[in-house]
Amino acid sequence: MAEASDPKAGTSAGGWPRWLRLPPVLGMVLALLAIWYVAVVPMNVKEVLTAAERAGVEVSPPSAVDRRDMGNWALVFRNTHALGQSWSSDRPKLPAPHQVLVELYDSTIDEELNGRRGIMRSGTLSNRSLIYHALVTLNATFLGFLIGALLGVGLAVGIVHSRVMDMSVMPWAIVSQTIPIVALAPMIIVVLYSIGVQGLIPKAVISAYLSFFPVVVGMVKGLRSPDAMQMDLMRTYNAPTSSVLTKLRLPSSIPYLFASLKIAIAASLVGAIVGELPVQKGGLGARMLAGSYYGQTSQIWAALLVAAALAALLVWAIGAIERRTLRRMGMMP
Amino acid sequence: MLSDEEIMNWPEAGTATAAPVIRADHLDLTFQTNDGPVHALKDVSLDIAKGSFVSFIGPSGCGKTTFLRCIAALEHPTGGSLTVNAMTPDEARRARAYGYVFQAAGLYPWRTIGRNVALPLEIMGYSRAEQAERVARVLELVELSGFEKKFPWQLSGGMQQRASIARALAFDADILLMDEPFGALDEIVRDRLNEELLKLWDKTEKTIGFVTHSIPEAVYLSTHIVVMSPRPGRITDVIESPLPKERPLDIRDTPEFIEIAHRVREGLRAGYEE
Repeated sequence: MAEASDPKAGTSAGGWPRWLRLPPVLGMVLALLAIWYVAVVPMNVKEVLTAAERAGVEVSPPSAVDRRDMGNWALVFRNTHALGQSWSSDRPKLPAPHQVLVELYDSTIDEELNGRRGIMRSGTLSNRSLIYHALVTLNATFLGFLIGALLGVGLAVGIVHSRVMDMSVMPWAIVSQTIPIVALAPMIIVVLYSIGVQGLIPKAVISAYLSFFPVVVGMVKGLRSPDAMQMDLMRTYNAPTSSVLTKLRLPSSIPYLFASLKIAIAASLVGAIVGELPVQKGGLGARMLAGSYYGQTSQIWAALLVAAALAALLVWAIGAIERRTLRRMGMMP
Repeated sequence: MLSDEEIMNWPEAGTATAAPVIRADHLDLTFQTNDGPVHALKDVSLDIAKGSFVSFIGPSGCGKTTFLRCIAALEHPTGGSLTVNAMTPDEARRARAYGYVFQAAGLYPWRTIGRNVALPLEIMGYSRAEQAERVARVLELVELSGFEKKFPWQLSGGMQQRASIARALAFDADILLMDEPFGALDEIVRDRLNEELLKLWDKTEKTIGFVTHSIPEAVYLSTHIVVMSPRPGRITDVIESPLPKERPLDIRDTPEFIEIAHRVREGLRAGYEE
């Protein structure tokens, strides 16, 4: 490997070679999958037994009413012979991982290639496809993140420079985060709708509402990170406040900014999804709610997996930009 | 300008005809702390003539750094008067009358050495061409030519401190205030930088205020050594060095040098015994 010649190239920040990180990660995934498969059996046992009974298999106890009041594990142990359909039932309470993957494939690649309205047939993404819904969510996430990050940086600059803002804005920023977003999101949508704003903007506003906070907190700390000596140095130059900000405070705050942005972009995604719940006009949030309306749990799980993958991708992207930026600033070898 | 009588505090100092650049008159500074008032400076009177190299030496808590910070208008005296270039310290600061070198180099890790040195020039609004010209000149002065594009972490501690001196020299302040600039460096590097600092002082003809707690360093560098003692911080002795301006490192083995060092040590001891 080319990496072997350069000891730094193959190591992560923690100093571990990259290949050594794989076994623990893989082990963790396998363990989770195993737990998941086991959990599927008791979770779905009642429906599976009812189906088996209809197919003529003897089930104990034979009455569905009796079974309703029994514990799931007890049913599992008394009917080990009738559990064959546990991992392939039609409407499982908890779908098995492979059922989720099949749903994921069906609602992405298969839908676009073979679906009635997929990209192959119509030239546009199908509104039944998770790719389409992910993009809808991503749009709101980006816009919300942009607004939230700019607002956060702006507030932080104000807080650091004005004692009045420090005293007045910070408590409200903290209070704003104690209100559950699921309670607030419908209000934001209703209020904005009543003044004629709908579609992307309300979702972005909810996103921004969640993402500005970590940026404010991180940036206030970052902008205050220059020590007394560095501030004194600026004083000896008789530097105006604007120079102290642009030449000292902002560059010092960059590492703090990126730490905050990673949290903020994940929060933005959550905000966008929550914003899509009350408005059934596309997006991963809409898909999740639709899945729950129609008892399609694998659809919920598939949307959830896509959301998780998106979050991972977004955080990774911020990390990549961070590494590039710090390297260009000379703050990282 | 000032009259002749006022000038002659140290007739032989530096350029003998100049008025004192820095004049402290019965200066007092008391910090209000949670443990009660701390008398950092008490009745400090001192004139520093243009072109002289004045060292402040004393144990920690004697107010040597505080006095330097008062000159730089980073602290504000609670009594007495202090003038810098015939202005108040704050006016002098706003007129950018001095360059200040701290104990730590304090270079910005995100700027190259050249851009670090250019920092005060950017703030003071020098043109790009002038910045480049000045950066090249002062980097040569501290023997760091060729390191312009390097980042601070690529340089040794001694080189970083030289870069921070270059930064203080980059603009046209004729006073250089140095607060234990070599305190964190090892003996060998310190000797070398002391030698270079003397050459630099000779070339630039700046007035230098230099805080240290090393007796040999103070004696080797200075035209005047101000011995201070703590609680309350005050001046116990001002020693005028008879050493010639040309000082090779081995001047430290001459009887004159040892005699001054002895007097400094006596002064420090006297300050403790009071």
